[in-house]
Amino acid sequence: MKIRHAIPALALLAATLPVHADDYVIDTSHGHAAVQFRIKHLGYSWLLGRFNDFSGQFAYDEKNPASSKVDVTIQTASIDSNFAERDKHVRSKDFLDVDKFPTARFVSTGYQPQADGKALLTGNLTLHGVTRPVAIQVEPIGAGPDPWGGYRRGFAGTTTIALKDYGINYDLGPAARTVELFLSVEGIRK
Amino acid sequence: MPLQWRNDAHRFGLAARAFHWLAALLVFGLFGLGLYMRHAIGYYDPIYYTLPAVHKALGVSLLLLIALRFAWRMANPPPAPLASHTARERLAARAVHGLLYLLPLAMGVSGYLITTAHGRPFIVFGVKLLPSLVTGEHLEDKAGAVHLAIAIGFVSLAALHALAALKHHFVDRDRTLLRMLGR
Repeated sequence: MKIRHAIPALALLAATLPVHADDYVIDTSHGHAAVQFRIKHLGYSWLLGRFNDFSGQFAYDEKNPASSKVDVTIQTASIDSNFAERDKHVRSKDFLDVDKFPTARFVSTGYQPQADGKALLTGNLTLHGVTRPVAIQVEPIGAGPDPWGGYRRGFAGTTTIALKDYGINYDLGPAARTVELFLSVEGIRK
Repeated sequence: MPLQWRNDAHRFGLAARAFHWLAALLVFGLFGLGLYMRHAIGYYDPIYYTLPAVHKALGVSLLLLIALRFAWRMANPPPAPLASHTARERLAARAVHGLLYLLPLAMGVSGYLITTAHGRPFIVFGVKLLPSLVTGEHLEDKAGAVHLAIAIGFVSLAALHALAALKHHFVDRDRTLLRMLGR
């Protein structure tokens, strides 16, 4: 077979092969990712906090974003609300019960790109031993080569969960029954 | 009979007895208060923030009392053990009394570490008593576990101390307990 025939043949072959999404590992080792939360304090202000220790990966294919997958595991004891006595209380049986439930995990089940460039990421969140479906509003932030020879891609996501849905029933008052989560991830392509 | 402040060869003076019973009151008060404020008080309770502040203030007061008590003990030694106490009883009593003086110090240190684990100062009576000297990830949890474990060990030891006094009173029928009551 002559070369000039081979090139279109190879192109055809490439187009018919199943497309593989790129796999990314979330860059927690250099802190380019965050799991933050906020909850109303008495209804008068926002209490902000975060989880310092988590890890995860995602798969993303620009040509077929709907095939995207995410899997993130959070070490619940790494909660940090900038007040040691409160962190100790939040780790206790009243809230996260981290001795019994040391990890929380999100595993995606679907990714639906929206018309405005954003997307809806659905999946199951396991927290406090309870697994429930959640939907995360996702905004793709950007992607491209980094200055150190790698390739990166990042997203931001927000969702709101109700504490009692996860069996956390400590009474913080009527204004503090839901927690908003803000997730920022930057993945390094493997 | 005039008030006898100082110990003599056979009796505990009023000062030593006051130190003893005040410390006992504080120890059991702190233990009950500590458990109560951690497990029985909801976030909307008006004393949610008051009880921990009182607990810290009483804890610091106990340490000061023990320091004063120890100084007083050095200046004015307690009466000798009763002649009827066996060598083994004397050794056990010394060991328990020593621990009852020392363990509150460990309670103070571990309690201080819970509050200051992330860099905040230790505030009692509305005053910055100590800055944060040691910080660490999850230090508040480790210090809290130690604080609770020592507290349980300490009140158990204090209960043993009380049971031993009752044994002397009701079984041996000696003056051990009566001496601490001023008789």
